[in-house]
This record gives sequence, C-alpha cells and structure tokens, in this order.
Amino acid sequence: MTVNLTMAVVLAALYSAGFYLIMQRSLMRILIGTVLVGHGANLMLQLAGGPPGRAPILGDATPEQMTDPLPQAMALTAIVITFALTTFLLALAYRSWVLLGHDEVRDDVEDRRIRRLERRLAESEDESQEEELEREATQ
Amino acid sequence: MTVLVALPVLLPLAAAGMSLALGRFADFQRIIGLVVLAAIIADAGFLLYVTDRTGPVVLQVGGWAAPAGITIIADRLSALLLVVSAVVTFAVLIYSIGQRLTDYGRERASTTFHPMYLVLCAGVSLAYLAGDLFNLFVAFEIMLSSSYVLITRRTTASRVRAGMTYVIVSLTSSLLFITMIALVYAATATVNLADLGAKVGELPEGLRMALGLLMVIVFGVKAAMVPLHFWLPDSYPTAPAPVTAVFAGLLTKVGIYALIRTQTLVFTHEHPWTLMLVIALITMLVGALGALAQNDLNRMLSFLLVSHIGYMLFGLGVYDVIGLTGVILYVVHHITVQATLFLVSGLITRHTGTVALSRMGGLAKAAPMIAVLFALPALSLAGVPPFSGFVAKLALLQSGVGAGSWPAYVVTAGVVFTSLLTLYAMARVWTRAFWGQVRAPEPDPDPDDELVVGTGNSTRPMVAATGVLVTASVVIALFAGPLAGVSERAADDLMHGQTYREAVLGGAR
Repeated sequence: MTVNLTMAVVLAALYSAGFYLIMQRSLMRILIGTVLVGHGANLMLQLAGGPPGRAPILGDATPEQMTDPLPQAMALTAIVITFALTTFLLALAYRSWVLLGHDEVRDDVEDRRIRRLERRLAESEDESQEEELEREATQ
Repeated sequence: MTVLVALPVLLPLAAAGMSLALGRFADFQRIIGLVVLAAIIADAGFLLYVTDRTGPVVLQVGGWAAPAGITIIADRLSALLLVVSAVVTFAVLIYSIGQRLTDYGRERASTTFHPMYLVLCAGVSLAYLAGDLFNLFVAFEIMLSSSYVLITRRTTASRVRAGMTYVIVSLTSSLLFITMIALVYAATATVNLADLGAKVGELPEGLRMALGLLMVIVFGVKAAMVPLHFWLPDSYPTAPAPVTAVFAGLLTKVGIYALIRTQTLVFTHEHPWTLMLVIALITMLVGALGALAQNDLNRMLSFLLVSHIGYMLFGLGVYDVIGLTGVILYVVHHITVQATLFLVSGLITRHTGTVALSRMGGLAKAAPMIAVLFALPALSLAGVPPFSGFVAKLALLQSGVGAGSWPAYVVTAGVVFTSLLTLYAMARVWTRAFWGQVRAPEPDPDPDDELVVGTGNSTRPMVAATGVLVTASVVIALFAGPLAGVSERAADDLMHGQTYREAVLGGAR
C-alpha cells in the first residue's frame, strides 16, 4: 500500500505536536494535544483505506474505482467519541479552575508523599540536632 | 436465539435512557436498574449454558456477513465472564442503593449515578461480546466515558485531581488504540478478530510483532500492568466505595480479557511467551511491595489489585491450556473478591471515619460482622485453602511447573512469594484495624463530600450486598470442579481458535 508523502508529513506533525502538548502540565494544553492526536489518528484511519477514489455507491463507479467505505465509517465514529471526550475534558478543566484556581495536572500522590517524607526526615534531623544543642546549653 | 447475545448491551443502554429521562423518580430508577441487571444475569446464565453445550452464539448485526459487518459473539469465555460481571454489578448496585438510602432517605434521587452505572454495564458487556477490533474500541469508550463521569461525580478538589490523571491516561491509550486499528487495517484490510487471525499470520514477522506489542501496550494500560499501572492507585481510592468496587472488579479485567482474546486469536506465540512472563513477575512484585508501603486502606487494596493482575498475565505468559484455565479461574475469582474487598473497605470507612490504617483499631469488637466480611475475601485473595483464590492459584502453579522452562519456574516462585506478601499485607490490615483498642469514630473530614463517613451506620442492604459477594466467592470454591471444567473447555477454545473462526466466518471460508 502506498501513502501520499504530504499526508505522511501531516500525520507526523499532528502526532508529534499533539504528544508534545499532552506532556505539558496545563489541562488546556493537554486538551489541545489530545485534539491534535485525535485528528492525526482519524486521518490515519482514513488513509488506511488506501488512495482516494469515487464514492462507494453501486452503479456510480466500478468497485475498483471506489474508496473503501469501512475506514470512513470507523473514522466517523472515532471523531464523535473524541469530540465528546474533548467536551468532557473542557468541563473538567473548568471545574478544576473553579475549585482549585488553576488547571494544572498535579504530580501523583505517591510522588508527593515520598517528597514530603524526605523533607520531614531532613527537617527532623536538623531539629534533633538543634534540640540536642539546646539541651546541652540548658544543662 | 441470536438476539439473546445482544441483550446484555441493549437492555442497560435502553434502561439508562429511561433512567435519565425519569431521573426525578428515585424509586423508578432503582427498580429499573435492579430489574435490568437481574435480567442480564439470567440471560448470561442461559448463554453460558448454550455456549457450553453447542458452541458460540453469533449475531451478525443487520445481517451483513462477517468480515465487513459487525459481529457480536458469545463463546464460553465471554459468557462465563458476563455471568460473573452481572452478579457483581447487581450486588454493587444494591450496596450503592443502600448507601444512598441511609444517607439521604428514599425521596432524593441521583440523576447521574444510575444512568451512568447502566451505561458502564453495557460497555463491559459489549467488550466481552465484541467480535471485531473497532467494536472493542467502541466498547472501551462506552465503558471509559461513563467511568470518567462516575469518578468525577460530585466534584471535590481531590476528585478532580484524581480524575484528571485517570482521564488523560485513558484518553491517551484510546488514541493509541485508534492508531493501532488504523495500522492493523492498513496492513490486513480487516478488523474482524476471526478474520484477522488468519490474515495476520501472513504478515512479515517484524510487522506482526510491532502490531502485537502495540496491542499489549494499549490493553496493558487498561489492565494496569506494570509499568503502565501508575494511574490506578491514584485515581481509584478517591471515588465512593461502590464505584471503586465495580471499577476494581471489572475495568481492569476487561483489559485482561481483551489481552487474552487478541493474543490467542490474532497473534500466536511460542510456548511460553517470555516477555509476558517477565512483565507478570514485575507486576506481581511491584504491586505487592507497593501495597506493603501504604497506610491508606484503599490505596493498599489498589496496589494489591495491580499485583494480582500479574497472576493473570503469568497464565497468559505460560501460554498453554492449563495456564489459560488458570487465568480464567483467577479472573472469575478476582472480580468477585476484589469488588468485595472494596465494598468492605467502604463499610470500614463508614465505621471509623478514616481510611488511614494507623488510626483504626478494635473493629473486631466494635463490628464483628465487618470482621467476618473482611476475613473471608482477604483469605481468599491470599490464596489460603479452601477459598476460591486457592483453586485458581493452584491451576496457575501447576501450569507454571508444567511449562518446563526456567523463566516459567522463576515466575512460579514469584507467584508463591507474592502470595505470602499478600497474606502479610492482609494480616497487617487485620492487626491494625480489627485488633487493639476500640476507637471512637473520627469526625467526617470533608462534610461536602458525598461519602458520609464516621457515622457507624451501615444499613442492611449494604451489609447484605457485601454478604452476597462473599457468598459468591465461597460458592466459586464449592463449585470449583464444574467451573474448572468450563474454564478448561474455554481455554481449549482459546488455544485452538478454530471453533471461534468457523462460528464467525461460517460459510465465508
């Protein structure tokens, strides 16, 4: 199967820009990233059907000239799903804005716990040294 | 006859619509949910009987023949999982209705919970029944989008935070899923699983492996296999107990199911599959060790869930009939037990007002019923005879020893070691929460939250629903013989995809 070079470049641009944005912290950027990758994926589904041809209606063209309709049907479904999820993410970003004052995706709970533990350990070492010094000074 | 295959998907979707439209009538919502789920149990039970007797039941939607049309198919494996899932969702629905009645009384309706819950059930059923990759994708999306709503419903700050990670990770894996479908279609010009099985074999070795690995990643995220598990312990514990229970019981297992189905039907492997064995070992150890480090009861259970996903991957890695029998038995056992444990954790939280193990104590004296309800599934999860976990684990160990290669032996040792770690984790919960001084319930830390905790009152429906699931897991152990028989036949079907292919493609080939 051959793929149009322009399309391949467009796909590469959509995927790389999209995944770059998904890596960001702000939920709005992530959202735009998913939209881009979603477009890329849908475009890829379209391209999976082979080069474009005539409309797949019997009597209008011979089967050899027709485009494969199946990937188009699938892309249509996938577009609807991505669209719905984009809306949901928008709502979530808004909700986060209302509740937290920002729409940043935070570090996961475990990372924060470990960091807190480290900080506390470091602090308690400092404190215990200070306490010992104080105790020695008062005695 | 064939319409029975579509019912587990159609009924809950239709009911969800009605439930949403008549959202003001709380009783109506409750009744329709229970009736529909009970109907699905009956339907799934009948399907299991029929598929076990006469082979797969296939519905070609709209009468379009197999490779081009939409195929919905129930074979032994999917029918068995349908039955178990339906029973679990039914019990969890009773629990959640009970919880709501206790907290708000009979009149106040919840407009979103019931419709979303039914949509979730429809998605799970469709995932078991889908006969082509694209419908599998649609099933995942139905299931995921309702789970997004359920996990962020009544948004509090912590829930938004947890929801974000969950939604973004799931969304990314969905986008990879579409990409994978596009690549598979470009390579083979079909998405029908039965058709793919024949066509993928003709592809060059490298391409086949790339597609197979992409599929493992896509389903691995959903199944929470290490290193793709990081989202699970962060997002599950924030949701209310019934939601977490049904997520923990079903959603990860759907990932496992998809993994088993595609890796046996579409891609075949040498025996045993070393990569999967290694992943299984890492998953088991990371999960179990992570569980031991937790103080939060729900987080600990989430890590144990990850750990036990490793067992199922182990069976898939051994890749023979006994191994797959073990996986099927383990999935059946784990769906019930893990859901039960999260429900019990909900009961515990209501009693103590906290999820921190270090601040619990004396529950065995204060609430002996909860102690019994916790002890049975906990022992079962650890694989202590004579509970259901033991039966499943025995099958896995047998297959590991029988595989006769050193990676399999190493991972089998890992299975035994992880079982001990699980037992230790459960003993830790037991000593901290159930023994020791009786403590007064802590005040509700977040009164705006939907979870009403620290009241100590858990109504009869909640306890009864948990009891039903505990009984179900005991029943699994009692009927281990017939169940193992069905599982073995299902595993045999999986290893030799001929029945499946013939049922779907029929005269076409």
